[in-house]
Amino acid sequence: MDKSHAPVALSAETKALLGRTPAVIEPGHTFESVTETIGHVVLSKRTPIGWFLGFFIAFILLMVLNMTIGNLLMKGIGIWGNNVPVGWAFDIINFVWWIGIGHAGTLISAILLLFRQQWRTSINRFAEAMTLFAVACAAMFPLLHTGRPWLAIYWLFPYPNTMGIWPQFRSPLIWDVFAVSTYGTVSALFWFTGLVPDMATLRDRAKSPFARRIYGMLSLGWRGSAKHWQRYETAYLLLAGISTPLVLSVHSVVSFDFAVSVLPGWHATIFPPYFVAGAIYSGFAMVMTLAIPLRKFYHLEDFITMRHIHNMTKVMLVTGMIVAFGYSQEAFFAWYSANPYEQYMMYNRMTGPYAVFYWSLIGINAVMIQLFWFRSVRDNIPFLFILSLLVNVGMWLERFIIIVTSLHRDFLPSSWDMYAPTRWDFGMFAGTIGLFLALFFLFIRFLPAIAIFEMRTIVPEAKLKAEHHG
Amino acid sequence: MAHAAEPTLHGLMAEFENATALVDAATKARLAGYRKMDAYSPIPIEELNEALDLKRTRLPLLVLIGGILGGLGGFSLEYWVSVIAYPMNVGDRPLNSWPQFIPVTFETTVLGAALTCFIGMWALNKLPQPYHPVFNVDAFGRASTDRFFLVIETTDPRFERHATWKFLEGLHPVGVSEVAP
Repeated sequence: MDKSHAPVALSAETKALLGRTPAVIEPGHTFESVTETIGHVVLSKRTPIGWFLGFFIAFILLMVLNMTIGNLLMKGIGIWGNNVPVGWAFDIINFVWWIGIGHAGTLISAILLLFRQQWRTSINRFAEAMTLFAVACAAMFPLLHTGRPWLAIYWLFPYPNTMGIWPQFRSPLIWDVFAVSTYGTVSALFWFTGLVPDMATLRDRAKSPFARRIYGMLSLGWRGSAKHWQRYETAYLLLAGISTPLVLSVHSVVSFDFAVSVLPGWHATIFPPYFVAGAIYSGFAMVMTLAIPLRKFYHLEDFITMRHIHNMTKVMLVTGMIVAFGYSQEAFFAWYSANPYEQYMMYNRMTGPYAVFYWSLIGINAVMIQLFWFRSVRDNIPFLFILSLLVNVGMWLERFIIIVTSLHRDFLPSSWDMYAPTRWDFGMFAGTIGLFLALFFLFIRFLPAIAIFEMRTIVPEAKLKAEHHG
Repeated sequence: MAHAAEPTLHGLMAEFENATALVDAATKARLAGYRKMDAYSPIPIEELNEALDLKRTRLPLLVLIGGILGGLGGFSLEYWVSVIAYPMNVGDRPLNSWPQFIPVTFETTVLGAALTCFIGMWALNKLPQPYHPVFNVDAFGRASTDRFFLVIETTDPRFERHATWKFLEGLHPVGVSEVAP
């Protein structure tokens, strides 16, 4: 990085003033320094050793995914641990977990844009990438749970097939297909739209003819014309407006997969808001998990500042408390319903064979997050990294508890059974983590992880000088 | 090309150091009677819309239409499948159980609106466009980083090579250059 763009020195007084609320971007940056700092990560010929190391680990896990899928397609879904009465297990736990993680990306890129939250600017690009990759990982589970995805397509999408069979539109599972595929498509469109002006920047700055050609194609010939910017900004706002109800609908529909059934532990009206809050909570944890190493290893502390870290922690605190409230309401209604099956479901969660997971999730999602109240915790980055990983564990456990404990002991004691995952379940889960990380490593190497043109709009240079308006 | 005498020119380009200078220049050019011009900047500048007298885009209307068509399409599909093509009688409940068709109708509305927004914006902007004359100017490489440009095109009825050059020079640009077509 060019040292001439180092931030200017500040007086002690100014620092004290800024100290209370850290800045969204460190002072002293210009169009050129912002563009160079972010663009350099992508355009530099040298790839850091750490990148290769990280990608290598991700690649190994990706190969585990390939092996698991290969074995699954040869032998069938019998290699997984789920069986009657627990007919749904890792395949839906991981689906809900990944989809939930994706939600923070859309929240940051769309909802915070509509609320004019300037701090979103430096985290929206990689959070959106996270959304796309998480949706890709999520979609894999229900698709492969069909056993033969290439034959199962007529269950999922309405198309004129030779059997004359059509999907059942009264089923939440079909709603889910539409919600998730729409979500994936709209997220991809939103992400690509945001990338185009940055592709033009990389095209103009790339030294190698090959890079210039590739970025040139991706930039669609973008030239920053005022007429284009006007439509572009309108389209960007419209996409944000469209994505906002969409993201809320997606996890609501995911929760309908459970809430519309009659099973104790699933049949609850609180599910949609409770799931949406949980999604945002786990998604912000994942954004934090990715942001902390990203800002450290690529020296992006000027752009992803303590302000972002603080705000993300606060969002996690709020949404985590909503989730904790959801747990309390689940327990309250189980008691208040006076329904023995509902009551037993709750009793079984708290004291049954899976109780250790239930109390772990309460420990993380209701008790541990209270640490976020303290500024000293919000300032302690290594500790926050660990907490964000634990939040992801906690939210995974939540889905495990909701799905497995509700299914394994339902109305008839004669059909009760235990569930245990096999190594192929774990292989597939670890494999999707590998896919996610591999895609993310490729993303930070080849595409700008922070939106360059949006960062330019928040440096002081972007402001018109006052005399113009006179 | 409007001017047969000047077939080798797309227009004249003036380069500016900051957004204020560009907005200033665009306003002055419009007051001087120029109409066929465009400004290029590394960031969106709202004030340019007024300076260049840009019309409001039709995009929101298109997106509304796209959304409505998406919603109608989704609901019609569900109705046709559930009532006409593949009716399934479950406990004599109505075949057109419309409340259960709402989630998918909502999603297709969003999809229709989003696709219209995406395709519509690029189509109205006439992108992707592999070639454009402005890229012939070397200095234009910085239009995507930190420089601001105003181009007055030869198709403008008031365009006159020397007078326009003089006019642009008078706006205190970093430089003025000819844009080959």
